[in-house]
Amino acid sequence: MATKETIRLESEHVDDQLDTTVLEELVRGEEVTATPLWKIRLRLFRRSFSQNWGLFKESKMGMVGLVIIAIFGLMAVAHPILMNTVWDPLVYHPVTGYDSVVTEYTIVEDGAVVDPLTELELSEARFELNPSVKVGELVRIPSQPAPPSLSGEHPHFLGTDPLGRDIFSQLLYGSRAAFLLGFVAALTTVFIATTVGSIAAYYGGAIDGFFMRFADLILLMPLLPLLIVLSAAVRINMVMLGVFIGILSGFGAEAIVLKSQALSIRVKSYIDAARVAGGGDRHIIFRHIVPNVLPLSFLYMMFGITGAITLEATLSFFGLLNVPMSWGIMINTASTQGYLLSGTNYWWLLFPAGLAVSFLAFGFFIVGRGMDEVINPRLRAR
Amino acid sequence: MIKFLSFRLVQMFILFVVFLSIVWLLLQAMPGDISDTLIGSPEIPLATRLELRARLGLDQPLFVQYWTYITNFFKGEMGVSFSRYPKDVSTVLFEALPRTIVLFLSATVLAFWMGFKSGKLIAWGRGGKTEQVFIVGGVFLQTVFYAWFAIVMLWVFGFYFGWFPIGRFISVALWQGSGFDATDVFEEMILSVFIVTVIYGVVRYFIRRYSQNLVTEQRMLRGTLALAVSGLFLYWYLDPARTYVADIAHHTMLPVITLGLVAFGATMLITRSAMLETLGEDYILTARAKGLSDRVIRDRHAARNAMLPVTTSFVLALSFVIGGGIVTETIFSWPGMGLLFLQGIGVSDIPLVAGALAITGVLALFGHLIADILYTVLDPRIRLT
Repeated sequence: MATKETIRLESEHVDDQLDTTVLEELVRGEEVTATPLWKIRLRLFRRSFSQNWGLFKESKMGMVGLVIIAIFGLMAVAHPILMNTVWDPLVYHPVTGYDSVVTEYTIVEDGAVVDPLTELELSEARFELNPSVKVGELVRIPSQPAPPSLSGEHPHFLGTDPLGRDIFSQLLYGSRAAFLLGFVAALTTVFIATTVGSIAAYYGGAIDGFFMRFADLILLMPLLPLLIVLSAAVRINMVMLGVFIGILSGFGAEAIVLKSQALSIRVKSYIDAARVAGGGDRHIIFRHIVPNVLPLSFLYMMFGITGAITLEATLSFFGLLNVPMSWGIMINTASTQGYLLSGTNYWWLLFPAGLAVSFLAFGFFIVGRGMDEVINPRLRAR
Repeated sequence: MIKFLSFRLVQMFILFVVFLSIVWLLLQAMPGDISDTLIGSPEIPLATRLELRARLGLDQPLFVQYWTYITNFFKGEMGVSFSRYPKDVSTVLFEALPRTIVLFLSATVLAFWMGFKSGKLIAWGRGGKTEQVFIVGGVFLQTVFYAWFAIVMLWVFGFYFGWFPIGRFISVALWQGSGFDATDVFEEMILSVFIVTVIYGVVRYFIRRYSQNLVTEQRMLRGTLALAVSGLFLYWYLDPARTYVADIAHHTMLPVITLGLVAFGATMLITRSAMLETLGEDYILTARAKGLSDRVIRDRHAARNAMLPVTTSFVLALSFVIGGGIVTETIFSWPGMGLLFLQGIGVSDIPLVAGALAITGVLALFGHLIADILYTVLDPRIRLT
């Protein structure tokens, strides 16, 4: 019976129409069929969601961020589909594919080169290609990186890298890797930070002191150097890196932020009510404190994804990660092959990957800022 | 203050020992031990190997090794670098340390100064197109892939326009046969800048303390700054090593600007939101009601209080800036600690890596301490306990 009572009480808040009908039925002394709890929760969730969505929509930058993330999401989804349908894996595979621009040269006598784009000196050809070539022969020389091409047998929208691999395919594959990393890192962070923050705030005392000193210690750690040393000692892949970043930021900065939020919730009267009603510690923490801390933790999750994506790109830029392909590795390849200062001559080597990292991080960051305006009413422009 | 400082120093010491222990653990986690690195050839007989292990103390129990490592570090003995044999790790590191600190400090000061000014101004003139541009720019700078950004900056300003040298610390060709040592000249430069900064700081303190009018005060401050900077220039102009000093300064600029720009974005955004929050406070309304000028309200009442969150964010950003320093030094071939560290990783020069990591930890600790002291100076409400 008691549960039915509470259900009715909750449903009063949910829907005024329902409220009056239920009351009328009660007055008439009829048997009332209670709405199941999950339906009410769903309705509450939908209502708060549409409210917050309305607020979020007002922030133009947040919407731009969502569009950016959606585009990268589409790219991540498109890669396996394209690989299985249109693209020949021998040419377009992001790691093992190969293609090149083939240029035909006519061999001429030494010093008789008129057009260096179609003619090659004999001594040079003998030295570089094949000692047995003769004057007047046609030689085909493959060269990478190939510039972008939209037509031909194998079009490369963004050209190929110094090893002859398709940049566009690498870019799509890289967005898959970035999403995987970002979400693993973010979920680990949120899970650890909400738990630690709520527990520290709820119990206080020695537990609080321990977790907060631990957070201080992590804040102190120079993250990138430590990760560099770690990746030299252990072969780190994407998921491990995500979990590692998640653990560090979950026990570090985010635990502090979420603890202060949980503290402000702990003193609310409904926590006292729950305790009086006989709720145990675990019930109060996971049913009352954690759900109220979650929105804030999702906000910090967005900033966390930004950090994780940039960190991964930096580590693989140094060539320290054990991943087949990512945006950082694309830049690493370009720079180790000697195209570091090629600038606009070989723009497709450095710019797509660099801009992709920057834009995805930018997208998550401004979505975070948009959410910040929903959660922090003081920031809203009124 | 003394009580606060001593408490913090004890805390720092404990944290540092914990940090060193983590470094030591990471070293233990590496496959093999140092004797394997020293004698790679399988032809070396077992007896020699065992003797070397005994000489290096690797046959002792782990706890003793740990204790030796920690105590040796505090004695300043970080071992001998493998890749720069027979130089000591401490010699190698302390030669590179000033360069890293200069890069780091000047970038931070530049970013803080510019970020605070512009954040203050855009928050004050809220709602314009300029604000939008600054926000988008600031967010972009904050989230840009730093390694790529540094490459682009190097390409644009070093290669395409040719305004700055492409990486490195000095132009070797210029210094050959000059009779000057780059490290000595650099140290002299640091010293002169430091002295001028201290003098400027003292004068600035007295001006702020005893002036009545904000406008004349700002004018005087600007005058003092101009005087200090021109004095510095004059001093170096008269110095016999002036071309070499100019060379070092020229090489320093691009890395500092690049690192500073990225940190600038974050500082500006934080200052802006902190300013917006303080501008809504009641004391701003009071100040307006008293009829104070806009400038006084902005600079004295709002901006000063907005400085607090910016300082906090600096603490949080410290580890990021250290990471950014490593990337900057690598891309600009700046021979500081970060470059040494990465080179050490590349050739598994374990003593050098461990030493660099430990010194980085010390730097981070002192950064935190300075930020804490600044915080208590800025906000007297925070009791020094």
